[in-house]
Amino acid sequence: MIEIENLSKTFGTTVSLDQVSLTFHQGDAIALMGANGAGKTTLIRLILGYYHPSGGRVRVGGYDPIVERVKILKQISFVPQLPPPIKLSLGELMAYVCKSSGVDAALIEHYAHEMKLHIALNRNKSFFKLSGGMKQKLLIAISLAKRSRIMIFDEPTANLDPKARDDFYRLLNESETQKLSLFVTHRIEEVEAIVNRKIYMDLGKVVSDEIY
Amino acid sequence: MNNLLLIAYLDLKESIRANWFMVYAVVFGGLIALFFIAGITESQVMGFSGLSRLLLMYIQVTIVILPIFILITTVRSISGDRDSHILEYMLSFPISLKQYYWGKVLGRFVTVFLPVFMAMLMGILYGVVKGASVPWGIFFLYTGLLLSMSLAFLGIAFFISSIVKSSEMALGIAFFVWIVLLAFIDIALISLMLQNRMSEGLIITIALLNPMEIFRVAAISLFDPELTVMGPVAFYILDLFSQGVFVLLCILYPIVVGMVFATMGYRVFCKKDLV
Ligand SMILES: Nc1ncnc2c1ncn2[C@@H]1O[C@H](COP(=O)(O)OP(=O)(O)O)[C@@H](O)[C@H]1O
Ligand SMILES: [Mg+2]
Repeated sequence: MIEIENLSKTFGTTVSLDQVSLTFHQGDAIALMGANGAGKTTLIRLILGYYHPSGGRVRVGGYDPIVERVKILKQISFVPQLPPPIKLSLGELMAYVCKSSGVDAALIEHYAHEMKLHIALNRNKSFFKLSGGMKQKLLIAISLAKRSRIMIFDEPTANLDPKARDDFYRLLNESETQKLSLFVTHRIEEVEAIVNRKIYMDLGKVVSDEIY
Repeated sequence: MNNLLLIAYLDLKESIRANWFMVYAVVFGGLIALFFIAGITESQVMGFSGLSRLLLMYIQVTIVILPIFILITTVRSISGDRDSHILEYMLSFPISLKQYYWGKVLGRFVTVFLPVFMAMLMGILYGVVKGASVPWGIFFLYTGLLLSMSLAFLGIAFFISSIVKSSEMALGIAFFVWIVLLAFIDIALISLMLQNRMSEGLIITIALLNPMEIFRVAAISLFDPELTVMGPVAFYILDLFSQGVFVLLCILYPIVVGMVFATMGYRVFCKKDLV
């Protein structure tokens, strides 16, 4: 589903990604690990079509993520490491998501509710005024409501309390459709139960790739 | 709703809540109010009176401050969202870059144009209530000038916003561009003229390529169709164009400048790494 061939990305003299080749299939649940600066975020940004590769190529469902950005993003849910300080209100952010991606607002509210975030009380509040954990919960609810075939999470549980973390993994497990999920994480024990593949990166290279 | 309009609409809503917008609206609304308090509409000076005088003063102040307002508030729209990782999240939804970029441009255009236009309209309405006659010709010309001024600097601002890496840098460049257009070009051209090295026609042409300069000339052209305040320069201009054509050019040329810069900005936005 995602094919990465000899992919490289350099910024000036920094080599952030160095000739990486990987193939992710439907049904893969991958833990992507490695020290800070290993190149995990760079890899994700190349998959999302944000960066132009310095070498090699990425294909998502056969498409070039830069050329066919709308097509590939219809299939991807993404939760960034830190929720950004979006100034829209919750209602507006949800309108943005629902209209641009055909997501059902009620479904976002359902998942938010499951994660103990009550949208009705906060609809007119600016997103950036929510607490870190609340922001993360909303972004997770949106990612689940989008019902994508590819889920990409950059340390999704960093700001969550243990209860919310459990809710998150429970909701992920609930969905019956075959997905491709990619978790960037530093806490392998958290995702141990749900992943079937572990990839370690260091200095822009894949150093190990274990499939169970 | 189409995605482009959705983005424009959300950008507009976001801007209206922002502090800079408050300042922006208060400055232009306040300007008009100040003119009334100062009794400018009551006095009869230099042959033209009341509302015409108010409009002329308004447009002259606006020519100086509108560009810097537009530049500093708009220049951070894309670069600021990039700095704060907002872009990284918002662009993870299936919206084409064309819709995103031009939606932002449209949203910003409405945001910057409406307050300056509404302030002028407010002035006109107040004048009507007080029984003044409305100088419609000037009103339409200035509406055109405000529109074209907004678009010109919006385009330049979006171009800066997409070429720079950080919003700090964007802000610096914005100030620089403003100062250059406001004063430096004129100073440089005056010194060239004094040295007599270039033909006056060429110098005037260069001066008029500067949108800020062309607005100044256009603003007085209705009051002074012979452009007598400009001295000999008027001959060059009126030799080349009739007054009507010149006014039209004053409105169209900056719009073209703005669109060219905005389009270049779009090209850069698509070609560069997004975040
Ligand atoms: N936009 C950028 N400009 C310059 N260097 C970058 C940029 N993005 C990442 N890097 C560098 O690339 C390397 C990998 O970064 P990243 O992919 O963010 O690592 P990780 O997510 O694994 O912590 C780091 O050395 C980082 O400094
Ligand atoms: Mg990272």
